[in-house]
Amino acid sequence: MQNNSNATITDRAQTEPAFVRRALVTIALIFLALFLLLPLAAVFSQAFEKGLVVYLEALKEPDTLSSIKLTLITAAVTVPLNLFFGVTAAWAIAKFTFPGKNLLITLIDLPFSVSPVISGLIYVLIFGLQGWIGPWLQDHDIRIVFAVPGIILATIFVTFPFVARELIPLMEAQGKEEEEAALVLGATGLQTFFRVTLPNIKWGIIYGVILCNARAMGEFGAVSVVSGHIRGMTNTVPLHVEILYNEYNYTAAFAVASLLAFLALITLMIKTFAEWKVRQQLENN
Amino acid sequence: MKLSKLTTAFTALALALATSTAVLAANVTLLNVSYDPTRELYTEFNKSFAAYWKGKTGDTVTVKQSHGGSGKQARAVIDGLEADIVTLALAYDVDAIAEKGLIKPGWQKELPHNSAPYTSTIVFLVRKGNPKKIKNWGDLIKPGVSVITPNPKTSGGARWNYLAAWAFAFHQPGGNEAKAKEFVAKLLKNVPVLDSGARGSTNTFVQRGMGDVLLAWENEAFLAINELGPDKFDVITPPESILAEPPVTVIDKVADRHGTRNVAEAYLNYLYSDEGQKVAARHYYRPVNTRIPTRLAKVKFYRIDDKAFGGWQKAQKTHFADGGTFDQIYAPVK
Repeated sequence: MQNNSNATITDRAQTEPAFVRRALVTIALIFLALFLLLPLAAVFSQAFEKGLVVYLEALKEPDTLSSIKLTLITAAVTVPLNLFFGVTAAWAIAKFTFPGKNLLITLIDLPFSVSPVISGLIYVLIFGLQGWIGPWLQDHDIRIVFAVPGIILATIFVTFPFVARELIPLMEAQGKEEEEAALVLGATGLQTFFRVTLPNIKWGIIYGVILCNARAMGEFGAVSVVSGHIRGMTNTVPLHVEILYNEYNYTAAFAVASLLAFLALITLMIKTFAEWKVRQQLENN
Repeated sequence: MKLSKLTTAFTALALALATSTAVLAANVTLLNVSYDPTRELYTEFNKSFAAYWKGKTGDTVTVKQSHGGSGKQARAVIDGLEADIVTLALAYDVDAIAEKGLIKPGWQKELPHNSAPYTSTIVFLVRKGNPKKIKNWGDLIKPGVSVITPNPKTSGGARWNYLAAWAFAFHQPGGNEAKAKEFVAKLLKNVPVLDSGARGSTNTFVQRGMGDVLLAWENEAFLAINELGPDKFDVITPPESILAEPPVTVIDKVADRHGTRNVAEAYLNYLYSDEGQKVAARHYYRPVNTRIPTRLAKVKFYRIDDKAFGGWQKAQKTHFADGGTFDQIYAPVK
């Protein structure tokens, strides 16, 4: 019945004259080429402008290597933490009712609605020397802002909605019947989670983690505020790209930028695959 | 058996050597927080200083650099960026750090020449062949001349640009404050876009090809020519301009806590040595030691302490504070 009505709607949509359909597709493709493919091509053509040797040399420069290392460290700390947080929050929200649930959902979205500059600035206001606990931290020789911990904190803040946001609708759509069945059959909470819930949300998690990772590695605004821009110490890859560009080192800037572009392409591929798997999982249910 | 003994002996020897050098020579790290255009200067100077310090004390000193807009950098130091040394674009920004108690009052008298080991000025970068015939400040207000300069609210360099134009008009025959204000207002009408920093403006002029003339730090102008091709641009040094004295100082609180005061002071003093002055000259700064040769043209200088301005504190308040002359005369081009 439902399939039937869906089919009629699809048929009706396709009765639009062919030229309208073609025009729409052409407009979408031109738009895509202009705003996505052209800049991407520009990055790679600039990066390889002086040949592969210069490209590799630019990547081997110590400050560049240190920025890559810092970005990897940041992602390695941020992504697992946000994975844990995201799964916990999504599980709580989708499977249980409790007071303050709507507030929690709103709060999870907060980093999306706040400008990244503000996300960085709040940490300067809390941990900075003129901030709430800055002087105490200094007395105890603990560095948060203008050091690696600050960069990680700011990155966690801007990336924490990704996993939770991805899982909540998926888990809500799946409902809690399977978990209830498992519990009735005598499974413990953890067994239920690992044998029933986790396999159901596997691809949703991967999708969320991939997006979270891409943002963690690519974040500029928030990280720029808390970085202090010390060369070879607190510059992440995006910050280093800006520095190289400002030093007239265009080839190196685009070479390093091409790393981020590669990351984006790989993310896109895994994302598409995960999306497809998520759809399959929902249909199987 | 024999081999393993040999290995043990070697390891012991290596360990002994390692510990002995560790006792004799320390590894010191300094953080120099500076403004945008000094990257190349300090990259070379740091190497030179490290070699000098190694020879003198045996210690290995690594100087880390951080660059950005002068005001922004001062703010970061105030908020806890642990700079042992700052080398900023203007004394006003160092004063702001001193106000928070991180630097002892009277810092500007600690080193010769108002704590400025090199000076600079504001010059014009024009398209090759100078098609708009720009020779002096007066040419900038002609109709049809497009001028690129950053925003004086955020950029130290832009404040020097603004004040240089002001000083020029003020010192013309019959010049006074009202005339100067009118002149700068006319100049700003010729500015299509205000970038937030000096490097941003240079990129606007050079990469995006906007404007007929870029008001720039003298060293930035020459660097742009060297990096991007002498066949594209010319530097025009106006016969009169402003004398910029970028100050340097030790951040007392930080250096004392790090135990780096000695090496930090030596670092700044080395800027005044013949070697330090030569490095500055090589990067198109004007050395304060007049025995060091420079390739830069002679300019009649106006100073921030002249009666037209009365020092940075007063100039900042009059011109760049909210509601100051800049706010009064600047209306973005629509």
